[in-house]
Amino acid sequence: MALLNNISAITEALDQEMGRDNTVVVYGEDVGFEGGVFRATVGLQKKYGKDRCFDTPLAEAAIIGSAVGMAVNGMKPVVEIQFSGFVLPGLNQIIGHVARYRNRSRGRYNLPMVIRMPYGGGVRALEHHSESLEDIFAQTPGLKVVIPSTPYDTKGLLLAAIRDPDPVIFLEPKRIYRAFKQEVPKEDYVLPIGKAKLVNEGSDITVVAWGALVREVQNALKDLKDEGISVELIDLRTISPIDRDTIIKSVQKTGRFLVVHEAYKSFGPGAELISIVNEGAFLYLEAPPTRLTGFDVTIPLPKGEHHFIIKPKQISDKIREIVSF
Amino acid sequence: MLTDSYNPLEGKMLSILDKDGKIINKDLVPDISDDELVHMYKTMLLTRILDIKSLQYQRQGRMLTYAPNQGQEATQVGSIAASEKKDWLVPAFRELGAWLYKGVTIEQIFLYWYGNELGSKFPEDVNMLPICVPIASQLPHAVGIGMASNIKGEDVVTIAYVGDGGTSQGEFSEAVNFAGVFNTPTVFIISNNQYAISVPREAQTKAKTLAQKAIAFEIPGIQVDGNDILAVYAAAKEAVDRARNGGGPTLIECVTYRLGPHTTSDDPTIYREDSEVEHWKEKDPITRFKNYLIKKKLWNEEMDEKQKEEYNTLVNNNFKKVEESGLVPLEDIFKYNYEEMPENLEIQYRDYVKYLREEVK
Repeated sequence: MALLNNISAITEALDQEMGRDNTVVVYGEDVGFEGGVFRATVGLQKKYGKDRCFDTPLAEAAIIGSAVGMAVNGMKPVVEIQFSGFVLPGLNQIIGHVARYRNRSRGRYNLPMVIRMPYGGGVRALEHHSESLEDIFAQTPGLKVVIPSTPYDTKGLLLAAIRDPDPVIFLEPKRIYRAFKQEVPKEDYVLPIGKAKLVNEGSDITVVAWGALVREVQNALKDLKDEGISVELIDLRTISPIDRDTIIKSVQKTGRFLVVHEAYKSFGPGAELISIVNEGAFLYLEAPPTRLTGFDVTIPLPKGEHHFIIKPKQISDKIREIVSF
Repeated sequence: MLTDSYNPLEGKMLSILDKDGKIINKDLVPDISDDELVHMYKTMLLTRILDIKSLQYQRQGRMLTYAPNQGQEATQVGSIAASEKKDWLVPAFRELGAWLYKGVTIEQIFLYWYGNELGSKFPEDVNMLPICVPIASQLPHAVGIGMASNIKGEDVVTIAYVGDGGTSQGEFSEAVNFAGVFNTPTVFIISNNQYAISVPREAQTKAKTLAQKAIAFEIPGIQVDGNDILAVYAAAKEAVDRARNGGGPTLIECVTYRLGPHTTSDDPTIYREDSEVEHWKEKDPITRFKNYLIKKKLWNEEMDEKQKEEYNTLVNNNFKKVEESGLVPLEDIFKYNYEEMPENLEIQYRDYVKYLREEVK
């Protein structure tokens, strides 16, 4: 066991997998010599050489597009996009090719590749550094979308993502990159992609969150416990494909549902989750399934961002509202 | 080096065969065996016949949208003929001659244009990516294949195709730049057929040639007569050899002409004069190469007629087979998006199958 934060868990996963499988290559902007702007790849170039971990020119479409060719030709590329807000020039590659290659070639070309990117707000950053774009990827057939919320999950899910035969978008909640540490096993382990985690068992309401929001919900639960409201908290961990069963079974038990996410509200992942609840647990519902999300506005710059970021009190207030419906 | 003696900035274009099939550049005639010359010619001829037949099928309402190749056969076959079996072909969507040469079957080609994904599932021993529709977005894939070749230490070259319009895309510049930075074994072939649908080559860039775009990326670039198969082959062979020996990428602009429409949905008479088309017909790459082979006594008109007849039958038979191949099985629409079908797809598939069953009742 070692005490790791989310960033060092990424580094450890990459390090172990590069050591285990010499087809794994790691690259992107500032990824090689410097070890990434968040230092997720620090030390890897020194350890594995410039063939396996390297800097690229500043071009997101070519970073992602070259990874397609790499994967076709036998490698397992793990590429880094510096911030999810910079992925947009690469969407032509992700949506147009990465997601479609397997289907287009009727299974001849699998693309075992991972596109890592820090995402989400709350770090008082410049424009284009705070977006939550999980819905764009989750809506695209052929992709898997994974978001870890703890160092333990980060390591196990990243190892699973690299070994997955399908392309995985690995979104890293940068607000909690260094927020806390956790004991993480030294040895190799994988967590299943497509399975949610029951964080907290409860009986009055099911709350689903992921990434940095899991901790915000946990913070909200402290007050509610004293008030006698029993919350079942589920960390979704994989946005696509969604673990329907875990959610439906939980709502069948609690009869109430809240999803909390920072991505925009309309057409967002919360809408999808509520549909799943309606399809699978409609007759068990005691209150309307509800979402607490980012507003449908361009995410504000730092001086206005506090209104956009969801706070624990908002979460506990919303839970009280639903429970007393 | 041809790329040294033909500097695109000086307006030099490599040609070896004139429009009558006479050698005008004796010293540069590439070393190609007689058998190979005939094979190259026959591939061009098959390309032309498949093209003409496809247009006929389309007009008969038996075929969906089709992108014809007439006039570009020398660019297509000359470039790929300079590579080896183990090398990769990264297509755009108008390189029929190259695909056939590479080993894609006529049946697969028809399956693709007929609207069946199986047409993009090439045999395991054909190193070719599927046809790529978003313009120039295939070029980063070609560079990635080469980056992997470098890491693996394999002497495999990737030939990648793009049109004149494609050179305006960001991904063109990104890919050529990556190829230069990572010294990948990549040969970029620009099929400059003068039009991106209706927009003429002059409207794409202020640059006098497309080959000169290589200069900014510090890689060799050359402009060749794209209707002269010997010139295309010579330039491509030099580039392939350089790439295979660790010398990195090359950009080759093949100056050619699309004699037909962009696709069967396009009417080129709106944007170009018949006289222009007639002028280019005189430079037809197939006639030119045929005359050369006839002079070399490797071919004659009688053989030509016989070969055309044989290819007509071959193409017809393959098309009929594809016409009778029917629709894509429902399961196939669902099962190839992921290695294992996720639950949401399973539910959607199951529900639809159930609906179909009940609908029949």
